[in-house]
Amino acid sequence: MAKVKGDIEINVERCKGCEVCIASCPFTVIAMTKEVNGKGYHYAIKVNDDCTGCMNCAIVCPDGVITVYRAKVTAE
Amino acid sequence: MEEPFVKTDIRKEENIVYKRTNLLVDRPLSYCPGCGHGVVHRMLMETLEEMGLQDKTIGVSPVGCSVLAYDFMNIDMLGAAHGRAPALATAIKRMWPNRFVFTYQGDGDLAAIGTAETIHACNRGENFVIIFINNGIYGMTGGQMAPTTLPNMRSSTSPYGRDVSIMGHPLKMTELVAQLPGTYYVTRQAVHTPSHVRKTKKALRKAFENQKNNTGISFVEVVSNCNSGWKMTPVQSNKWMEENMFPFYPLGDIKVDGKLVEQKEAVTKE
Repeated sequence: MAKVKGDIEINVERCKGCEVCIASCPFTVIAMTKEVNGKGYHYAIKVNDDCTGCMNCAIVCPDGVITVYRAKVTAE
Repeated sequence: MEEPFVKTDIRKEENIVYKRTNLLVDRPLSYCPGCGHGVVHRMLMETLEEMGLQDKTIGVSPVGCSVLAYDFMNIDMLGAAHGRAPALATAIKRMWPNRFVFTYQGDGDLAAIGTAETIHACNRGENFVIIFINNGIYGMTGGQMAPTTLPNMRSSTSPYGRDVSIMGHPLKMTELVAQLPGTYYVTRQAVHTPSHVRKTKKALRKAFENQKNNTGISFVEVVSNCNSGWKMTPVQSNKWMEENMFPFYPLGDIKVDGKLVEQKEAVTKE
């Protein structure tokens, strides 16, 4: 059966670390880093492979830093 | 900075389902982390992109945090004097009736200094869209009390909470303008969760569709947070907004197609 898999790409230099995306993700794919970016904000990063490409994080992101990819993959 | 969990088989150009719209200039937004302005900017630009109105739209930016909206939106914009955006939009729409005009205003701009302009533009039934961002505070100048500040809400000029016996009551602009015959579509939305963002985008789309038919003012209020002004983290302020702002400013349509919607249950939580 074909499964939908997703991936997100976060523009970490634009991320302001508001953490709104973390609350909106149904699969806890996103977490904050301990490091900071060039602006001095802790940024969001993908921490596991459970993303389904539902776009929730990208839609609520105030700065629009998240790009979402989605594709059907056939499971063996 | 290496990124873990990169799926190279999925991360391809043809698999993109969502990315920041090109109608937003590729420049970091000047707003605080977690501010609702960024989401409303993006939803507005996505709506215009989907309707193909980039070269037919003229926006009017206010005074307030979003005074720099013209820096981020890749469309024609004008800056209005404080509160005078509806007056300027009236002039633009009357000179260019085939252009799509919107104003983008905060509560200090629309509900305080610009009350007269807003109410008279709505009463005349001009054909443009008013987008009203309500965060209950003067965010840019340091979190002072605004006409929309809730009773007992703390701000930098009401540090013990707003005492309604001295400072008056909050003003519900959206309910007020819904009573006027010139408004055609009046709604109140929010942008703190994905479902609310999607509803806000639908409301904006409807507002611009109405303008195509020259029906009258479409008034979209967005209840937003101001985590810097409220002295909270973005996630805390969203929670505080759900618990305190939404009971007083219930979400939903107030007037659709020129007819007042009967008071239905307030949509406060998901």
